[in-house]
Amino acid sequence: MSRGERASVAPLGRMLLAQTRSQVRILVRTPAFSVTSLLLPIVLFTFFGLPFAHLTRHDAVSAGVYLLASFGAYAVGSVMVYAFGVGVALERGMRVDALVRASPLPPALYMLAKVGTAMLFACAALVLLFAYGALMGGVHQPLGVWLTVIVRLLAGAVPFIALGLSIGYLAGPGAAPAVANFVYLPMAFASGIFLPLDRLPSAVQTVAPYLPMHHYAQLAWSAIGSGSEPMAASVVWLAGYSVLFFAVAVLAFRREERARFA
Amino acid sequence: MVVELTAVRKRFGDVEALRGVDLTIGGGEVVALLGPNGAGKTTAISLMLGLRRPTSGRARLLGLDPTDRRARSRCGAMLQESGVSGALTVREAVALFGAYYPEPLATDRVLALAGLAEVARSRVGTLSSGQRQRVFFAIAVCGNPDVLFLDEPTAAMDVEGRRVFLDTLRGLAADGRTIVLTTHHLEEADALAGRIVVVDHGVVVADAAPAEIKACIGTKRVSFRAADAAEVSRLDGLPVAHVTVDGGRVTFVTSEPEAVLRALFERHVPIRDLEVTGATLEQAFLTLTGRPPDTR
Repeated sequence: MSRGERASVAPLGRMLLAQTRSQVRILVRTPAFSVTSLLLPIVLFTFFGLPFAHLTRHDAVSAGVYLLASFGAYAVGSVMVYAFGVGVALERGMRVDALVRASPLPPALYMLAKVGTAMLFACAALVLLFAYGALMGGVHQPLGVWLTVIVRLLAGAVPFIALGLSIGYLAGPGAAPAVANFVYLPMAFASGIFLPLDRLPSAVQTVAPYLPMHHYAQLAWSAIGSGSEPMAASVVWLAGYSVLFFAVAVLAFRREERARFA
Repeated sequence: MVVELTAVRKRFGDVEALRGVDLTIGGGEVVALLGPNGAGKTTAISLMLGLRRPTSGRARLLGLDPTDRRARSRCGAMLQESGVSGALTVREAVALFGAYYPEPLATDRVLALAGLAEVARSRVGTLSSGQRQRVFFAIAVCGNPDVLFLDEPTAAMDVEGRRVFLDTLRGLAADGRTIVLTTHHLEEADALAGRIVVVDHGVVVADAAPAEIKACIGTKRVSFRAADAAEVSRLDGLPVAHVTVDGGRVTFVTSEPEAVLRALFERHVPIRDLEVTGATLEQAFLTLTGRPPDTR
């Protein structure tokens, strides 16, 4: 314990690695999160996807492929909304943030580790889902197509990270899971994720084209040749929703800052 | 200077938690901030650590802005309202915080120092509140800090735990570390600190070595019933710091209870129902400030 000269700050890489590793551990050990995000998409696909997997859509794309892409979008969005929404609310509730703030860990690294961890989970959820679809439903596509779907869904997940953060800073730790469910599940249904839009009530069909989930799923649908809008349009919609949700998250974060750390 | 608060004021809405505090703490000092609940001790620590910003005045830590990563890399903190994810094991939590610091202590060494070796593999969420307090202490020291901030560190500890903890802190202080802790136990401040800063109503009311503070506020209360309590309370030449009369009961606060009793007996004052007890902090405050501590 010498009091002599030493390095002034810890290497950022080491901090990020340690922070990400512990975030992964925490999420794996929180079954409410890990089971919901890794297994629920598979369970839902079993009910809503497998029975139709052998059919062919009117646009000549396999219904199995289309539904796997849809459920993939659901899975990644779900990881983001729950990891950030419920995760941040729980940390606020346990006052984890106070100790971290007093430590030398830069806040940006704290956030980066959260994003990295959520991306790892999202990736795992997609690989499990696509493997399950191939094994149980005989749904096959060239590896390159699946990789395109995975990359697009991960890259396009930004609005759902922002939505999660908004919920995480607005809702208390007890209410956050309910709020996340209440916002996310109806949005997924209304966006034509579980059932084709033409099977939904006409009011929902009118709303769907304005929902972020609908444009997010387009990223996956267009990768398998079944999209219904140009990619640029989807990107613009998603960017717009990202700005909106981040603005809400920042306002909620500032409100909290003023109350606890001003 | 390790800590510098210059003309610091801190207002929360209508409440002014600190009302002009000047305080400097040098390297290697062990300083206790002593005061009742609501005195402003926690606010002062938050400003020193950069967790909150002063409404006016200036806070510096190791000559830097308190939020500067270089300053924080040399500090460890134990806060009252804080937590660690319950899903991590004790060892994982300590190792995680160690990774934030440039030259952390070995995790095993920290666990031993904090008395956590036996529960190293337990999840933090399964610990008792006393054990959890030790985890926060381990997190505070894991970075091998030059400066330790401890806000009410012994609050959840039993008597034995408190004794062991104070011994550990003495060892850390002997290495030349600066320690700033808050407490509302005079004995604790006395046992550990080389300097006691008494805070009340957001101002520093005393700042001196423990012996001086003790002499000035008294450490014992001598209390008894007397036929003419009011007259007894006006007796001259008694070595008392403060006197109160409540009905027929007189209470002297003093650092020399034996001398007070000797004087009373020599003057043949008839007393009944005698009690000699340690002075409470509330009485200490009465003698220092002339009024009871804020009870908001």
